[in-house]
Amino acid sequence: MNPPHAAAKPSPAAIDTRVFDLLALTMALVLAVHAPHLPAWLTAAMAALLGWRCWQQRRRSGKVASWLKLPLLAMLVGIVIAQYGNLFGKEPGSALAVGLLVLKLLETGSARDVRVGTSFACFALMAALLFDQGMLATITVALGLLPALATLRALEPAQSPVSLPRALLPGLGLSAAALPLALLAFLLVPRLSSPLWGAPSAELARSGLSDSMSPGGFTDLLVDDSPAMRVSFDGPAPTAEQRYFRAFVMSHYDGVSWTYRDRTRQPPAALQVEQSLHYQIHLLPTQRRVLPALDVPIDAPEGAGMRRDRVIMAGKRVNDALTYSLSSAVRYRLEPEAPRQQRRWLELPPGFNPRTIEQGRQWRRQYGNDDNAIVRAALTQFHDGGFRYTLSPAPLGRNAMDDFLFDTREGFCEHYSSAFTVLMRAAGIPARVVTGYQGGYWNTIGNYLLVRNSDAHAWSEVWLAGRGWVRVDPTGAVRPERVTQGAAAAASGQLPWYRNDWLQGWRNRWDLVNRWWDKGVVGFDALRQRGLLTPFGIRDTDTRMLGWLLTISCGVFMAIGLAWALRRRQPRDPLHDAWQALQRKLARKGLVRRTAEGPRHFLQRAARALPPQRDELTRLMNVYLELRYAHDEPPDESLRRFQRAVKDFRITNVVK
Amino acid sequence: MPGLLRQLREQIGRRLRVFARQRQPENLPIELHRRRIYIVPTGFGLGFAILLLTMLAGALNYTNNAALLLTCLLGAASAASMLVAFRNLDGLCLRHIHAGHAIAGQPLELTLELGSERVRQAIRIDLGQQTLAVALDGQGSTRATLHVATERRGWQPLPRLRVWTTWPLGLFRAWSWLHPRQSILVWPRPETGGPPPQAPAADAKQARIRHGDEASTLRDYRVGDPQRHVAWKASARHDNLLVKDFEQPARQPQWQLDWRQLDGMDREARIARLARWVEEAQARQGHYSLWLPDRPIPAGSGSRHYVRCMNALAELP
Repeated sequence: MNPPHAAAKPSPAAIDTRVFDLLALTMALVLAVHAPHLPAWLTAAMAALLGWRCWQQRRRSGKVASWLKLPLLAMLVGIVIAQYGNLFGKEPGSALAVGLLVLKLLETGSARDVRVGTSFACFALMAALLFDQGMLATITVALGLLPALATLRALEPAQSPVSLPRALLPGLGLSAAALPLALLAFLLVPRLSSPLWGAPSAELARSGLSDSMSPGGFTDLLVDDSPAMRVSFDGPAPTAEQRYFRAFVMSHYDGVSWTYRDRTRQPPAALQVEQSLHYQIHLLPTQRRVLPALDVPIDAPEGAGMRRDRVIMAGKRVNDALTYSLSSAVRYRLEPEAPRQQRRWLELPPGFNPRTIEQGRQWRRQYGNDDNAIVRAALTQFHDGGFRYTLSPAPLGRNAMDDFLFDTREGFCEHYSSAFTVLMRAAGIPARVVTGYQGGYWNTIGNYLLVRNSDAHAWSEVWLAGRGWVRVDPTGAVRPERVTQGAAAAASGQLPWYRNDWLQGWRNRWDLVNRWWDKGVVGFDALRQRGLLTPFGIRDTDTRMLGWLLTISCGVFMAIGLAWALRRRQPRDPLHDAWQALQRKLARKGLVRRTAEGPRHFLQRAARALPPQRDELTRLMNVYLELRYAHDEPPDESLRRFQRAVKDFRITNVVK
Repeated sequence: MPGLLRQLREQIGRRLRVFARQRQPENLPIELHRRRIYIVPTGFGLGFAILLLTMLAGALNYTNNAALLLTCLLGAASAASMLVAFRNLDGLCLRHIHAGHAIAGQPLELTLELGSERVRQAIRIDLGQQTLAVALDGQGSTRATLHVATERRGWQPLPRLRVWTTWPLGLFRAWSWLHPRQSILVWPRPETGGPPPQAPAADAKQARIRHGDEASTLRDYRVGDPQRHVAWKASARHDNLLVKDFEQPARQPQWQLDWRQLDGMDREARIARLARWVEEAQARQGHYSLWLPDRPIPAGSGSRHYVRCMNALAELP
């Protein structure tokens, strides 16, 4: 007999320390997963408030005075408005939600408060995923559910006491048991092809390439090493020197920046392909329309258009990860005939960069009609003229190119491509700036190329008679590693500590998992869902079919769950099992025990019916009766002997 | 077709009979079985479902698959908690109910012996207005004590018990009604005051003589104590009356409590008086016999004798 573990709770209003601790832990986790996008001081203030409340609860286990709560609430709303300008939207909304949650802890006195707080915490956890849906973030948030579940569990009365970490484990078990159903529901819940309300806000591009480029503008991008896209090739991958991914072709220069003008009506420039590659690009959200493509794309993917300079523009902004297939020319002649509006590629803003323009003109005078020699002269100047590759160059004045070429002589791809293009135009060679990505990390396990935002690059194209547009990368003249080994190698010593060699190597390898997550989970959209059943011969899985599948599979899972819930563990009785086995053996010979027949009568009857086994059956009967009725618990040794005897019992056919 | 209909009607009828049978009292032990466990979401469960739907709509609208996965996980865990709630009750066994003794008007203590072969937590038992929570550790049986209100003497059927749980998350409430076929015997309420029993003359005289001896101790006043035994001086210093306790007589007086002595009284009043006498005799650790119509109880003493007498009084028609 055991005494009951606990009596009824003294009053339903009081919550015990364990519940409070778990709730505070939940709130702390919510705060932690939201910390990356909240202002640091707000996070610190809320953490301090949380800590104070825990201390206060422990010390006096009292409630917080109500005169404190209202001003705090007003202060929170004021802070959010002051910080973000309004209360609605993703950032201010989540800041407000997290703040309210922490304030909710101040007035947590009853089980009902705890339940409301926990539910709200679950919601806030989900909201954190709107900012980052990477795998690690998702796992962290999912682990955040554990204290929430443990809090709800701790509210139940009368349970066996466990330590705080142990209290989290049952939630893990429950989640693990629920995981198969969750995954199935994830696969089958019909996705919306268009949002029900307020399409995701067309927020400013967090990073990524922009349609204008001014020297020094890439700096943020070059230190952002989040993945930009992943490319897998049909066939061998291009060599490092060929990995130029074109995004924008910029022809207009106003003295400060280069800009891309989206002209939709002109047909794409003529392209003679000598060698081409086919590949797929998995592009992560950029909030822009441009779709990067290797070198010179031959055609545009479905739903996108090809502009005059072989720039691909999607029909709408890439707000979700997008996968597209393309063919690109790697050996080609682009626009071999002289471009019709040649003047466009020679334009320079008047009154800017006089020394640079003079340099260009001087080369033209020096080399006459030999365009190749002028290009070589410029590259030689970059290579031998004391130029330095750095991610933190000195600022430039009004005549930016003059300052760069003749004064500071330090910069990165933007400076070089910009200066080179201006020099070429001054010399009368049609030239333009191209931005995009160059390089990337080749993942040998996954056979794909990982291109990070930090691989953003700018280079130039010059039009040479007979060859068309030719790519010239002046940065390569200064820092060949930039082209052959990538941005990180070029900027060695100038990058944060976490981008050093071995760590970066691990990060690159780890990207395989991220890629799998991005493709399999984040990129599982309405389109992929429709093709879900293609392996089973169903081309188009529509919403109705998905609904049916979801219903059926939920039913199946519920049945499995019910089977588990209804299973009862019968106390095992090995003696009974052996006795049943013996009966089965005899039943095969037609000797079935009658309902009213005890073991003695049954086995005696069997012995009479099977004369060859008479002695054996009599012995078995005696042993069984002894085991069954002479002891409370049959002794192990005799039991095993009986089991063996039953197993060895054979009925030889009686020859009559 | 008519055959199918008839079959259906029979099936429904059988179901209904099964439902109806649950309302009949049953013999102990009662093992909770899936057919008698009901489960519905709690208010919090409904609120949580609305929250999950909101999360689902948000995740779908913003095509955020990670959030959708999280919502699915939470939803599946909630659904699984329903099964856990059911399993928490399924197979629970009410083995015995041990009823205590109580006189009418006082709560009677019920000790439930619950058996389970696995750990069960946060099992709650409702009886009338009171709720008791117990945890079962899965080894043998666990006792839980409840109090049932009583009004009048005699056999009373045990009220229905509700066994319920919201374990583990408070989202679902599983419950089952238990109606054990067991009655509890409530003793009659003794009258508050009245004449003492008539002791046999010889015994009374002897007792009185012995009562004249020196008082050895003081004890609390009991109904029926002679006024002259009250220790007034000592009582003035205390909250309640104190009585001089005289040394017990060498041979205990044998009281013959007799139904027939109380002729001319109301039936219940007779029972109440006899109950008071029995109680008094028991309090003095006396030796007494009780004569009731068709049921004479020979003289005896001790608690078992007392219980026997009180039971007999309670059972009087």
